[in-house]
Amino acid sequence: MQRFILSKKNQIALISFILIVTAFVSHYAFGNETVATWALAIASVLGVAPIAIQAYQALRVKVVSIDVLVTIAVIGAFLIGNYEESAIVTFLFLFGAYLEQRTLNKTRSAIKELTEMAPESALKQMENGEFVEVEVDEVDVGDILLVKTGAKVPVDGTVLSGDGHINEASITGESVPVSKHKDSGVYAGTILENGTLQIVADRVGEDTTFGRIIELVEEAQDSKSEAERFIDRFARWYTPAVLLLAAVVWLFSRDIELAITILVLGCPGALVIGVPVSNVAGIGNGARHGILLKGSEVIVDFSRVDTIVFDKTGTLTVGNPEVADVEIYSEDTETVKAYVASVEHESDHPLAKAVVGHIGEIKRYPVKNTNVVKGGGIVAEVDGHTVAVGNVALMDQEGVNLSEKARADIARFEVDGNSLVLTSVDGVLKALIGIRDQVRPAVKEDLAKIKKLGVKNLVVLSGDNQGTVDRVARELGLTEAHGHMLPEDKSAYIQDLINKGHIVAFVGDGVNDSPSLALAHIGIAMGSGTDVAIETSDVVLMNSDFSKLPHALGLTKATASNMRQNIVIAVGVVLVLLASVFFSDWMNMSIGMFVHEGSILVVILNGMRLLRYKLRI
Amino acid sequence: MQKATIQLETLTCPSCILKIENATKSMEGVDKDSVQVMFNSSKLKFNFDDEKVKVEEVENAIQKLGYEVKKTQVKAM
Repeated sequence: MQRFILSKKNQIALISFILIVTAFVSHYAFGNETVATWALAIASVLGVAPIAIQAYQALRVKVVSIDVLVTIAVIGAFLIGNYEESAIVTFLFLFGAYLEQRTLNKTRSAIKELTEMAPESALKQMENGEFVEVEVDEVDVGDILLVKTGAKVPVDGTVLSGDGHINEASITGESVPVSKHKDSGVYAGTILENGTLQIVADRVGEDTTFGRIIELVEEAQDSKSEAERFIDRFARWYTPAVLLLAAVVWLFSRDIELAITILVLGCPGALVIGVPVSNVAGIGNGARHGILLKGSEVIVDFSRVDTIVFDKTGTLTVGNPEVADVEIYSEDTETVKAYVASVEHESDHPLAKAVVGHIGEIKRYPVKNTNVVKGGGIVAEVDGHTVAVGNVALMDQEGVNLSEKARADIARFEVDGNSLVLTSVDGVLKALIGIRDQVRPAVKEDLAKIKKLGVKNLVVLSGDNQGTVDRVARELGLTEAHGHMLPEDKSAYIQDLINKGHIVAFVGDGVNDSPSLALAHIGIAMGSGTDVAIETSDVVLMNSDFSKLPHALGLTKATASNMRQNIVIAVGVVLVLLASVFFSDWMNMSIGMFVHEGSILVVILNGMRLLRYKLRI
Repeated sequence: MQKATIQLETLTCPSCILKIENATKSMEGVDKDSVQVMFNSSKLKFNFDDEKVKVEEVENAIQKLGYEVKKTQVKAM
C-alpha cells in the first residue's frame, strides 16, 4: 500500500490540482462553499498521504526530513480548518518534487550519455566453439569474444585474428578510426566500424579503461568539497532546529498559524541541492569536451589557480621531432631532395624519419653500398654519386668543405635549438636541414587565453638545455623557463612555489612527471585516456588535447561561481522568508511553499546553464 | 567482506540520502564507515559481512523506504 501510494505521487499531484481548481471555480463562480471546502479537504488528505509516508519512514531511521516539517504543517493547517492552505501546500510540494526530478535529470544528462556508452552484451565463445550472446558481466578474463562490424568492443583485450578499423573516440576523444590486426590492443566501449575481430579478454568490467573512466566520473560528480560537507552537517541539524523554533513560537504566541508557517518556510531545500547541481553540470560539461574533472574540490582549487607549470616535451611541444628549417646549396633543389630522401629512407632513426616525412612524395633512386656510420649518419651510392647524410662530424670525416655561409647557417640553426642533418654529394655540401621538436599548433593562443583568465605565472620546466627551453618560452610568451631539470628538480621547484603561497597547477604527460602531478594543487595529465595518468592526476585532458586547457580553466571558474550563486540564492531566500513571516502581513504557508519550491528550481536551472558553457574570449 | 553497489531509482531530494544512509548503517553486519550514498549517480555503495547480513535484506530495507532498487552488484573484496 505504502509503496503503491509513493509510486503514484505524480498522479496524486494531478488529481489534487484538479480538485483545487474545482474548489476555486465553485467558490468564485458559483459561490458554492460546500463543494469548495470538500474539494480542498479531499485534496489535502490525498496530497499529504505520500508526504506523510515519507516522513514516517524518515523518522524510523532517525532523520527529521523536510517531509516531517511539511506533514506537521499540513496536519496543523487541516486541524484549524484552513483547507485552502493545506491543499495548496501539499500540491506545490508534490509538483515541485516532480519538476525537480525532471530538471535534475537534465543536469545529469551529460554524464548519463557517457555511462550509457558502456557495452552491455558480448559474443562469447562457448565450450563447443560457437559464439553465444551473453551479458557483459558474464565475460571473464581469458574468454574469447567475437566483435562484429558496428558492435561495441565489450572488454579491454587483444586481437587474436581478423582485421578492422575501430573508432576509439570514447576513450581517446579522437574520432579517426584506428586500424587493428593480430596482437593489437582494443578497448571496451570503442566501436568496430568495419571488419570482424576475434579478441581475448584481458580486463573486464570496472577494470577496463572505460570502466575506470566511468567510475572516476561518477565518483567525481558525488565527491564533496569542504564547503559541501559543512552544508550537509548544517542541514542535519537545521531541520530539527526549525521544528524546535516552530514549537517555541507556538508555545509563546499560541499562534498555530504562525508556527506552521515557520515549518514550511524553514525548509532548506535549495541549500542542500544547490552545490551538487552545479557540480554535476560542470563535470558533465567537461566530460562532453574530453575533460575529466575529479570532483568539486578540484573545481574550486583549479578556479583559483595563479601559477601553471608546464612540462615541455609532449606538453607544449608535439613530442616528435619535425623539420623546422631547410637550406639548399644547389640550383637543382629537386634532385638534392630526392637524394636525401632516398638515403634517409634506409634508416629508421627519428631524425631520418622526420626528414623523409618532410620531403614527402618524391622520386626515389636505388641506393647501393649503404654504410651506416655510428654516431654520424649514412654514406651511400646514389645515381652514381657518393652521398653522405649526417651531422657535422660526418662531413668532417668525409672531407667536406664548409663555406662561410654554411658555417653561419649552422650557427643560426643551433641557436634556434635545432638538431642538424647535413648532406653532401661527391664531397660538396648541398643541404642543411634543421630538425626540432615543434611547438604544438595553437598553443600560443591557448596560453594567451589562460592569461586572460587571470593566471599570472606560466612556467616551463624541462630536462632540455636552457637555450631550447628559452626559445620555447619566448615563442609562447611564458613568464619563466628553466632547463636542465630532472623530475625531482621539477617537484622541488613546485614545492617551492607552494611554500611561497601560490596555487599551483602542473601540466604533464603523467608518466615520468607523476611526483609533480601529485604534488601540485592541481595535477593536469595530458593523457590518451590510458595508463597511470588517470589515477595520479586531478584533471585529465583526453587525447592529450592541449586546446582543452583554457576551456577546463574557464569551466571550473564558471562552476565555482555558479556554486557560490546557488548558495547565495538559497540562504537569501530562507532569510527573506523568515524575516517576512515576522515583519510582514502578506506571508502565509502557500506563498512560503511556492517561494521555497521556486528557489529549488531556480538553483537547478542556474546549474543547468553550465551544461551549455563555452569559453568566450 | 563483500562490496555491494546498488543502483537506485533517480534520487532527487537530498534528504533521501540521509534516510538511505541511516537505514543502511543501522543494519547489522554492514560496515558503517563504508556506506556511501551517491546523490548524482543514484548509487549506494557499502561493504558488508555476508555471514551476518544478506544483500537482499539491505535491498528490502531500502525498498521499504520507498526507493526502487534497479540493479545490485556484489563483489568479493
